[in-house]
Amino acid sequence: MRDILSSTRTRLRRALRGGDSDDDAVTDDGRVATDGGTAAGGAAGAAGTGGLLDRLDERIGEDFTESAVFWLPPFLLMGLFVYGAIAWNFVISLTDYQGFVGPDYSDLDFEMYVRAANDAGVIEATVNTFLLVVSFTAVALAFGLVLAILVDRDIRFENTFRTIYLLPMSLSFVVTAQFWLWMYNFNNGVVNILLGTVGIGPINWIGNSQIVLWAVVFALVWQFSGYTMVVYLAGLRAIPREHFEAARVDGASTLKMYWRVIVPQLKGSTISAAIVLMVFALKAFDFLYSLVSGYRPPNGTDILATKMVREAYSVNNWAYASAIAIILFLMALSIIGPYLYYQYSKGEL
Amino acid sequence: MSDAPTTDGEQSGALAGVREDLAGLDGYRVALYAAVLGLTAFYLTPIESGLVTAFKTNPEGVSSTLPFAPPPGEFFTLEKWETAVQALGRGMVNSALYAVPATVISALLGSFAAYGLTQADWRARYKAPILAMFVAAIFIPYQAVLVPLSQFWGSVPLAEVLTPLWVAGVPRAYTGVIELIVTHVAYGIPICMVLFRGYYTTVSEEMIEAARLDGATFARVYRRIVFPISTPMFAVVLIYQFTQIWNDLLFALILVSTESSPAAPVVLILAGLGESQEGQDFALRMAGAFVAALPTLIVYVLFGDEFAEGVAS
Repeated sequence: MRDILSSTRTRLRRALRGGDSDDDAVTDDGRVATDGGTAAGGAAGAAGTGGLLDRLDERIGEDFTESAVFWLPPFLLMGLFVYGAIAWNFVISLTDYQGFVGPDYSDLDFEMYVRAANDAGVIEATVNTFLLVVSFTAVALAFGLVLAILVDRDIRFENTFRTIYLLPMSLSFVVTAQFWLWMYNFNNGVVNILLGTVGIGPINWIGNSQIVLWAVVFALVWQFSGYTMVVYLAGLRAIPREHFEAARVDGASTLKMYWRVIVPQLKGSTISAAIVLMVFALKAFDFLYSLVSGYRPPNGTDILATKMVREAYSVNNWAYASAIAIILFLMALSIIGPYLYYQYSKGEL
Repeated sequence: MSDAPTTDGEQSGALAGVREDLAGLDGYRVALYAAVLGLTAFYLTPIESGLVTAFKTNPEGVSSTLPFAPPPGEFFTLEKWETAVQALGRGMVNSALYAVPATVISALLGSFAAYGLTQADWRARYKAPILAMFVAAIFIPYQAVLVPLSQFWGSVPLAEVLTPLWVAGVPRAYTGVIELIVTHVAYGIPICMVLFRGYYTTVSEEMIEAARLDGATFARVYRRIVFPISTPMFAVVLIYQFTQIWNDLLFALILVSTESSPAAPVVLILAGLGESQEGQDFALRMAGAFVAALPTLIVYVLFGDEFAEGVAS
């Protein structure tokens, strides 16, 4: 595979240079005179003397074209499927595409967005999405931090506990949805039986549209707080031991020490964990679909992700679904954009 | 919480051994272990309850025993496991057919991309936007690409290209498996690239620089130096990617669409399992959940550390 790529590159170079071999130092007289002396990176073994590729190398960096063989094909594949598809999705959202006849790209307008803004279902889904993302992220962060601090207190069998806490994350949403359907079962579920021993309930967790969203948040926290723990643990381990000591010498209590000295130093971990959790929450589609084995999630849990898929694949309102998808995408972008900028300004991009 | 026991706890961790274990068993340590064990119960209860339920008869055993109690003799059965394996068996094969190739290809491409964007010497100013596009692509909600994805696979004459397969007796529905491979590779590249990039930035630059000075080409350095030392990272990426692809429902639902299709992945069949007019067969659902989760559970038990490393970065 790599051999094919590299020979293709050599051939490409030859073609661009008009038949010269890769290692030839001298080409047409004109080129030797113009850029022969400035060709970048003599050591690289690819010091051509002219041609478009070398001029690119000169401008961007000596390895640009040589490394392009490696990053360009994956970049193009990813770029087409991600950014190409999003652009296409946006165009489709401007059409009136529905049913089984293909989209008509000659008549573009924002009608679908107007329709979405006036659709009570979309507004409810947006609110639910927002509630789900914010509450799930906040609770999973707090819970994961507690887990990380406990596991970091020099306990025995630390690895075993960590493995158990992270275990649910290795499971599919489809699998965990089955577990939690059973946990929340009205007559025989663990949750109602435990609450029954202290005289509460039974509660119809899935059927009551007022509380089902919180039941879903709880299940998702169960599944992903182990992830937050792992991120925070890495953050805690990166804090120099002296900081813990220094706080103790000052006479601070353990709680105070964590709150004043340690937690502020976990800002980086918090930000990256929060971003990933928010994205998990936006992807909660799989979980909600599996709860009911269908496109219509339990009343009170419809989020934009489920609404979009239902509009597209259940009733074939393709353009409308695309418009909802763009709204969801913009929500995601408003989270990722600042994060990328933050990474860039820290010099980590 | 007073200061004294905390200090005790710290010391017991700093030194190791039986003596400290005994000395450390004060109120603070007891509370700590109680919390840790309580949390263990919290994380394992849904799984334990599912496991014991899968061995119960339905509806008698399921409704007349406590959900977390093991089945008593008269309600014990292996029947649900047999049914689950029968229903999900072909789904397991189908899932493996796309999850394994997609995992390997996306890891390789991710490694290529990461190498080309870290070790190569070109201006950060031009690299940054390309990196940003890779990183942002990890976080895209897939709903934003679904309709074009359906359009795209609807217009690609994949079925004609693969005619030899159908002649050889493969059901035509398996175009869905090919589509799933390409789709999962395309959307898996960004995370693989970012995981490898984190690793490659820590690789000693002198070693690579020295090789370049000796006249090795960029590709040769990858083949001879970078690829061999990437083995631990390949383990992390392969495990993470396999789990993600095996567990994903959305693409399977969109590209294969019905659980009755011969090419239906296991998650798609599981999502509709145990649903009938008479009500939900929870024993069957639980057995099915474990069967479907088995490959990822095995991977997790064997390679838990690599998995943790994958999710942490």
